[in-house]
Amino acid sequence: MALGDHSAREAVTGAERDGGVLRFVTAGSVDDGKSTLIGRLLFDSKALLRDQAEAIARSRHARADEGELDLALAVDGLEAEREQGITIDVAYRYFATPRRTFIIADAPGHEQYTRNMVTGASTADLVVVLVDAYRARSGQLLAQTRRHAAIAALMGLDIVVAVNKIDLVDFSETVFAAISASVDRLARALGVTARIVPIAAKAGDNVVDRSTRMPWWTGPTLLELLETTPLRAAKAGAALRFPVQRVVRAGGSTREAYRGYAGRVESGLVAVGDEIEVASSGARAIVAGISTFDGPRTHAGAGRSITVTLDREIDISRGDVLGPPGIRDATAVRLIADVCWLSDAPWAKGRRYILKQGTAKTGAVVTDILFRRDPAADLQEVASPGALAMNDLARVRLTVQKPILADAYEDLPATGGAILIDPYTHQTAAALFLRSAEQDESASEWSI
Amino acid sequence: MRSEALAFERPHTDPLSHLDWLESEAIHILREIAGECESPALLFSGGKDSAVVLRLAEKAFRPGRLPFPLLHVDTGHNFPEVIAYRDRRVAELGERLVVAAVEDSIARGTVVVRSETDSRNAAQAVTLLEAVSEHGFDALIGGARRDEEKARAKERIVSFRDAFGQWDPKAQRPELWSLYNTELKRGEHLRAFPISNWTEADVWAYIARENIPLPDIYYAHERDVIRRGPLLQPVTPLTPARANDKVERLTVRFRTVGDITCTCPVESTAATPLEVLAETHQATLSERGATRMDDRTSEASMERRKREGYF
Repeated sequence: MALGDHSAREAVTGAERDGGVLRFVTAGSVDDGKSTLIGRLLFDSKALLRDQAEAIARSRHARADEGELDLALAVDGLEAEREQGITIDVAYRYFATPRRTFIIADAPGHEQYTRNMVTGASTADLVVVLVDAYRARSGQLLAQTRRHAAIAALMGLDIVVAVNKIDLVDFSETVFAAISASVDRLARALGVTARIVPIAAKAGDNVVDRSTRMPWWTGPTLLELLETTPLRAAKAGAALRFPVQRVVRAGGSTREAYRGYAGRVESGLVAVGDEIEVASSGARAIVAGISTFDGPRTHAGAGRSITVTLDREIDISRGDVLGPPGIRDATAVRLIADVCWLSDAPWAKGRRYILKQGTAKTGAVVTDILFRRDPAADLQEVASPGALAMNDLARVRLTVQKPILADAYEDLPATGGAILIDPYTHQTAAALFLRSAEQDESASEWSI
Repeated sequence: MRSEALAFERPHTDPLSHLDWLESEAIHILREIAGECESPALLFSGGKDSAVVLRLAEKAFRPGRLPFPLLHVDTGHNFPEVIAYRDRRVAELGERLVVAAVEDSIARGTVVVRSETDSRNAAQAVTLLEAVSEHGFDALIGGARRDEEKARAKERIVSFRDAFGQWDPKAQRPELWSLYNTELKRGEHLRAFPISNWTEADVWAYIARENIPLPDIYYAHERDVIRRGPLLQPVTPLTPARANDKVERLTVRFRTVGDITCTCPVESTAATPLEVLAETHQATLSERGATRMDDRTSEASMERRKREGYF
């Protein structure tokens, strides 16, 4: 199958292809064959070109047997990674098929696994969790696999489990069925669904091309799964969230002076004639126009960058969010969130971090750690020792200086996700998955 | 106003094509940099990627003026067609261009070249950092893409540079969602890459869709070249033919345009963006592999140059 052969005109007009852009993250333990799988997807879709393949072949660090391409080397980008044969940082890869464009976030599987996977997963629609069929041949999943599935569940991603190296268990349907049963049990425990596919990435079975060595498998190939998964942003019916990036003025103080609000629709849809409300003030107006460089639009859905004009002058600046009437009631100063600590500097109790949500920045203090979550044990709650270090997952209570939207991450990921920045080191300290406003008024005495 | 609006049926979905998605993401990034940084600049070399970023900047900020000047780091080793194009585009758009010349760094003694014909690719980094401190830029917006090279695949969209302008690839700030960490101390700066997620094919598809003008040398033309290994080196005043060289006149185009001493064309008859795009889909060599002499020296040449402040 020649994936690179779609016609040039189609790519421009978007006529045939345009299942849009699917972003996915790959997760696997060391030696599950993750880099090999990515190399295989790129190679079979012709995104990996001859000189890159030759560079791999003449590399000083090749791991594969002679005569065979070490596809993994195509994706290890830094000197230290090639020397040590490991992947340190999240890398991004690109390929396209006639049906869709793909962006892979390649997150390393070992050290800093949680931090890297959370980073890669933040922009993803889907996760491909790799399982080594040989190591899991008894049906027992590795702790690392449980961890990856748990993080995916926490972040609300679609989960595809790719059972790799199926050739090493002689393409055994029995082994696959045992692993499949364990994956089902894990998914139930996490409250998610997972799809599963048997593959041999090194030889390419069921990755892009259908395997002839597993006649018992009648399900889709990995690529077919990736091509047909619905996009997260396309979710219809989500509430409008339009964080304002810039106020655009033109025409000075003349009567025709233009005043627009530039930004990207992060969720939902806005149309001319809609009534909108400013989240911070509750001020309302009617959308008078939606403009772009390419002309006016009647409406714009999630993912579109536009400029909105309103029927009256109200106070709006960068950091404000436009939403449906009533959006102000969704704001809060005290919130409940799941946190993943990212920085090697642990959480400092009482420190005021900079919280960034959409285009808004405000001061934020983590007031309480309610419990930690054990990602290796299906996110079970464990007692908090009152500290947060890199890779820790926990449920926390926080207080912010100016009200922010208490959007639940599972419903509105673009505004339900936020980061904490350390005000001294400027490191990105934590990822926040907002869950709700804190209902309990007596929960905390903090004020900032 | 309201009655007018109700004349159409309010739709429930608005799916984006892959080019729409890439365009919208880039506009979002440009507006974030403009919203968060005090003094950004947009690198404009006249190359195809910077031409795309410039169009995206128009999309992000018109009808207003661009909220930053354009910056060109001039190696002095230019294709004349590219400089002419640069000046024409700047004039058409009515925007401000700042030129930082490697020649001036040589005169100051901050760059030392062994010979007039040495590649000035590495020297660009020094001149660029001098421009950053002279003009007080806190963010440089550029057209680098992650698919170009494996060190760039690890690059953030908004990437931190310390007070010496250095990139530390092993200690990058994690970048989540579209929430860019733009916090800086004095002397530090950011690099921002709005087309990080674009491939070479996406760039050509967009040039075709948007009718973005480019220097002529991106399309098929006749040129004197010398075969050097797998590369075709153009014969120019800076890269003259040597005694035993066999000069051939071939129909070629440039896939990338950089320092004239190390940028090579490829054989091609593609005369339009769509024809180039069709060739891109058939290509068996990567963009840099086919055209750049400087990236072939070691597995890590791009990573090393980037650490020193190269774009």
